[in-house]
Amino acid sequence: MADVNRSNRPLSPHLQVYRLPLAAVTSILTRITGHALLAGILLLVWWLVAAVSGPGAFAVADWVVRSWIGFIVLTGSAWALWYHTLAGIRHLFYDAGMGLSIEEAQKSSWAIIFGSVVLTLLTLILFFIG
Amino acid sequence: MRYITPRKAAEGLGSAHSGTQDHWFLTVSACALALLTPLFLLVVGCAIGLSQAELIAYFGRPWPALVTALFITVGMVHFIKGTRVMIDDYFQHAARKVAIIVSVIFSWAVIAAALFALAKMTFVTIAI
Repeated sequence: MADVNRSNRPLSPHLQVYRLPLAAVTSILTRITGHALLAGILLLVWWLVAAVSGPGAFAVADWVVRSWIGFIVLTGSAWALWYHTLAGIRHLFYDAGMGLSIEEAQKSSWAIIFGSVVLTLLTLILFFIG
Repeated sequence: MRYITPRKAAEGLGSAHSGTQDHWFLTVSACALALLTPLFLLVVGCAIGLSQAELIAYFGRPWPALVTALFITVGMVHFIKGTRVMIDDYFQHAARKVAIIVSVIFSWAVIAAALFALAKMTFVTIAI
C-alpha cells in the first residue's frame, strides 16, 4: 500500500463537490416546480371553497389571495407552472428521442429558463392591464 | 434460457405488472395540461379581484367552470403520478407506502373540494 498514488487519481463525481451541468439543474427544477405547484392550487381551491362557504370565510381567503403573500404565492406559481409546462414539453421531445445531445440540451435549458420568465412577465402584464 | 413464463412474455408488462401505463398517462395528461394551462391562467386572472357574488356568477358560467374543473382534476391526477415517481426515488419500505397513500388521498380531497365549490356555484347561478 506504500506506493499508492493519492494525488493524481481521477475523482468520481460526488454530489457535494460536483458542479451540476445546466441540463441537470433544469431537469431537477422540473420536479421541484411540479411539487411546489401544490401551494398555488391549494390557495386557489381554498379561495373557491370559501366563496361558497359564506361571506366571512370568503373575506379571509380573498384577503390572503389579494395580499402580498397571495401575490408572491400566485406569481411564484405562475412561473412554476410556465416552467413545468416548458420543461414538460421538452421531456416529450426527449421521449421521442429528440434534443438529447449536450449542445441541444444546453440550448433547450436556456430556452426554458428565459421562456418561463418571459411568459410569467407577460402573464403579470396581462393581469394588471386587463 | 429465459426466466419468464410464456404467459408473462405474451402479456409483455414486465416486472412492474402494469407495463408503461404510468408513463403513458403522464404523457397524455401532459399534452392535455399544456393546452389547459394558458386557459386556466386566463380564467383565474379574470377572477381575482371579483366580489363574492361576482365570483360565484363568473364560475357559474360554462367556460370558466369547465376549464377550472378539468385543470384541477387532470392536474391533480398528473400530480399523483408525478409524486409517485418522486416517492419511488426517495422513500423506502413503510415510509414509501405511507407517502403514496397520503399523496393519493390528499390529491383526491383537493379534486373533490374544487368540484364541490364549482358545482355549488353553478347551482347558485342557475337558481338566480
